[in-house]
Amino acid sequence: MLLSLQDATVRFGGRAVLDGVGLDVAEHEIVCVLGPSGSGKSTLLRAVAGLQPLDSGRVLLDGRDQGAVPAHKRGVGLMFQDHQLFPQRDVGANVAFGLRMHGVGKGRQDERVRELLDLVGLPGAGRRAVAALSGGEQQRVALARALAPRPRLLMLDEPLGQLDRSLRERLVVELRELFGRLGTTVLAVTHDQGEAFALADRVVVMRDGRIAQSGTPLEVWQRPADEFVARFLGFENVVRGTVTGEAADTAWGKVPVPPGAAQGARSVLVRPAGVRLVAADEGLRCTVAARTFKGTHVAVQLHPTEGDGPRLEAACALREAPEVGDAVGVEFDAAETVVLG
Amino acid sequence: MAVPVAFFAVFFAYPVAAIVKRGLETDGTWQLGRITDVLTQPDIRHVLWFTTWQALVSTALTLLVALPGAYVFARFDFPGKQVLRAVVTVPFVLPTVVVGTAFLALVGRGGLLDEWWGVRLDTTVWAILLAHVFFNYAVVVRTVGGLWAQLDPRQEEAARMLGASRLRAWRTVTLPALGPAVAAAALMVFLFTFTSFGVVQILGGPTFSTLEVEIYRQTSEIFDLSTAAVLTLIQFAAVGAVLALHAWTVRRRETALRLVDASVTARRPRGAGEWGLLAGVVGSVAVLLFLPLAVLVQRSLDAPDFGYYRALTRGDGGVFLVAPIEAVGNSLEYALAATGIAVVVGGLAATALTRRDAGRFVRGFDALLMLPLGVSAVTVGFGFLISLDEPPLDLRQSWILVPLAQALVGVPFVVRTMLPVLRAVDHRLREAAAVLGASPWRAWREVDLPMVRRALLIAAGFAFAVSLGEFGATVFIARPDNPTLPVAVARLLGRAGDLNYGQAMALSTILMVVCAVALLVLERLRTDRTGEF
Repeated sequence: MLLSLQDATVRFGGRAVLDGVGLDVAEHEIVCVLGPSGSGKSTLLRAVAGLQPLDSGRVLLDGRDQGAVPAHKRGVGLMFQDHQLFPQRDVGANVAFGLRMHGVGKGRQDERVRELLDLVGLPGAGRRAVAALSGGEQQRVALARALAPRPRLLMLDEPLGQLDRSLRERLVVELRELFGRLGTTVLAVTHDQGEAFALADRVVVMRDGRIAQSGTPLEVWQRPADEFVARFLGFENVVRGTVTGEAADTAWGKVPVPPGAAQGARSVLVRPAGVRLVAADEGLRCTVAARTFKGTHVAVQLHPTEGDGPRLEAACALREAPEVGDAVGVEFDAAETVVLG
Repeated sequence: MAVPVAFFAVFFAYPVAAIVKRGLETDGTWQLGRITDVLTQPDIRHVLWFTTWQALVSTALTLLVALPGAYVFARFDFPGKQVLRAVVTVPFVLPTVVVGTAFLALVGRGGLLDEWWGVRLDTTVWAILLAHVFFNYAVVVRTVGGLWAQLDPRQEEAARMLGASRLRAWRTVTLPALGPAVAAAALMVFLFTFTSFGVVQILGGPTFSTLEVEIYRQTSEIFDLSTAAVLTLIQFAAVGAVLALHAWTVRRRETALRLVDASVTARRPRGAGEWGLLAGVVGSVAVLLFLPLAVLVQRSLDAPDFGYYRALTRGDGGVFLVAPIEAVGNSLEYALAATGIAVVVGGLAATALTRRDAGRFVRGFDALLMLPLGVSAVTVGFGFLISLDEPPLDLRQSWILVPLAQALVGVPFVVRTMLPVLRAVDHRLREAAAVLGASPWRAWREVDLPMVRRALLIAAGFAFAVSLGEFGATVFIARPDNPTLPVAVARLLGRAGDLNYGQAMALSTILMVVCAVALLVLERLRTDRTGEF
C-alpha cells in the first residue's frame, strides 16, 4: 500500500475529529473522501501531510511510519481548498516553488514549469500575476504547483469547491483523465457527491470522524451502508420498518424488498425511480405537494394522506407527471428498494 | 527564541535587578517597608496622578490629530508625499531635550508666540501635551498607516455595496482590522508619554513632574537610590499592567487580514472633502511639527557667518575632549550597530511569537519585550553602569555598550511593527510551502519575509531613529571622548551662554538633517523593493 492510515485519531479539545480511522490507498488509485462539512475530511488530509499531528494511530507511506517525519520531508502534495497561491510570486514562480525547494536546477525548473502549464491548459502564463487570475485559472496553477515536484501521493482538498458548476463538471473529467495518464495516486476530499463519483476509483464516506462506508462509486450508490449515507447521497425516501421475508412493514404500508434482504427492524430506502404512480384509488394514497423539473425527468413530492409516513419523492417522465394538488396512488418496486444496515 | 531571551536576560533583567538590589537591600536584608514609606508621601502621589492623566490626555490628543494623517498617508498619492513623510518622522528621532527646547523657543518666554501675541504656554500643561503630540505623531502614522496602506480597499467597497455609508463601512470594516495597529500605536504613545523625561523636565518647571523625572531627580540630584528604586518598581508595575491588558486585547482581536501591495491602494484625492482633509493634515503638520523645527533652525543660524556651526568644529577643550562635530560619526556608527542588533533580536522574537504552537511562556514574552520601553531609560543606563563593569561581563570599556543599550530600546519597536503584519500572514501559506518541501526556516524566508519586508524596513528605520535620538541611557554610558549627538546637545545646553545655546541648536539641526536623510534613503529603498512583488 502506498498510504496506510491505522487507527488515526485526532482530538480538538476532547472532541474526536478523526476517530480511529483506517484507510488504505494503493498506488495509482484515486480515492475520494466524501462527507458533510465537519466530518473530519480536511483533518484527514492534514494528518497525512504532516500538518496535523495524530493523537494516536499511525500514518504509513510506502510502509514507513511517518510519525517523526516533518511535513516538508514527506514527499506528498496537497492542493489547498482556496489554493493558497503565494501572492507575491507570479504563476511560474508559484509552480517552480516546490522544484526550488528540492534543489532542481534553474534550466530544468523552467522546462518543467512550461510542461506543467501546458498540461493544465495555461501555456505561456508563467509571467502572469496570480492576483490577476480567475478562479478556474488559480485552481489550475495550484494543481500545477502541487504536481511539479512529482509527489508520490497527491491530495486535493475540495479541489473544485469554489468554481461554477459547468467549469466544475468539465474540470472533473479533465482531472480524471490527467491523473489516469500520469498514473498519479490521488486522495481527494469533497462534500459534493457528483464530484466524488466522477473522479474516484473508490469513494470513502465519512461521518463524525469515522468511515461510514467505503467502496466503488457504483457500490456506494447502489447499496448505501446506512440511513446517513443514503440521505447524504440525496436519497430522501427512507423509512423505518420491520422486514419479514420479501416485504417490509412500514408507515407507507407494505413495501416489497429484494430476496435475501436482512430481516428484522431496519431502515428501508426506495429510490425515486421505484416509486410508481398509479390510479388514485390504488396503493398508498397521496397528494402531490410539489414538482421540480430535472431535465430528464420530473421529481414529484408526494404527501401521504393515509398513515403517518414521511414525504415521498417519485421520478416521473415529463408527460406522466401529475399536477400539484392531484390525488395519486403509490406502489413500490422491489428492484429499486434497498434494506439498509 | 533563545537569542532574544538571553539578550533580555543579560542586558535588561540583570542590570535592572542590580539597581533594585542596590536600592532596596541594606547589609543583606530586604527593606520592603520602603515601598509603603515612599507611596504615602503626598508629593509622590501627586507625581503618580499627574504622570497618568497627562499620558492619557496626550495619547488621546495624538490619536485625534494623527489618525487622519495615517489615513492620508496610507490612501492618498500627492506630490511631496515622501518628503512630508520624512518631515513627520523627524520629530520622533529628536532628543527629548531638543524637543523641549524647540517648544520653549516657540511658546516660552521670548518665544515666537510671546513675540507675536504675548502668549505663553510654558507654565501650563498645554506645552507638555503639544510637545507630546509633536513627538509621537510619527508613531501613529507609521504604525497605523503601515498596515492601513496594505488593507484591501475592496473590503470597504463590499460593505458599501451591502448598504453601509462611507463612515459606517470604515467603522465596521476598516477600523476593526486596524484595531490591533491602533492599539499598538496608542500603547506606544501612552508608554512614551507615561515615561516622558526631557520634555517634562524642560517644559514642566517645578509644577509638573512625571515619575521618570522624579527618578532622575532622586538618582542624580538627591542621590536617594532607594526612593529611585521604589519609583522604578512602581513604574515597572504600572507599565506591566498596561502591557498585560494590551496583550490580552490583541489576542482577542487577532485575525488574518487580507493584505495587498501598498502601492496599489493609494490614489489621488478626489473631491473637495478629500482635498480638504489633505490640506488639513498638511496644515496641522506645518503648525505642529514643522514650525518648532523651523524655529530651531532659525535659532541655530542666529549668528553671523554660520558662527555656531563653525564653532562645532573646534575642539577647544571646554565642554568636550574632541570637536563636537565628531559626535555625528559616533552617533551614526552606534545607531547602525544598534539597528542591526535590534532587527535580529526583534525579528527572531516576532517570528517566535507568531508561531501557532507558541506556548504561554512565549506569549508572555510578548509583553516582557515591551518592558524596556516602560522602565526608565535612566534606570537602564545606570543599571548598565553598575552591573556590566565586572567579570564575566566587563563591557564598560567596550564601544558595544552604547549600541546594546540603544538596541534594547529599539527591539520593542521592531517587534511591535512586525507582529501585526506577521500575524496577518495566512498560516496556510506556510503550510503550502511546507508541503512543497520547504523547511520551517525556508518557509519563513520564502513566504513571510517577502510579505513583511516592508514592515521590516519600517522597523529598521524606527530602530535606527530611536538609536540616534536615545538619550536617557546613553548619557550614563557614552564615554567622554565618544559622545553621541543627543549627549553632546545636552552638554551644550547645560552650559550657560549664547554660544553654547547656539551650538546646541546647530548640532540639533545637524541631527535633524542626518535623520531626515537616513529616512529618505529608507523610503527610497522601500519603493524600489515593492516593485519586486
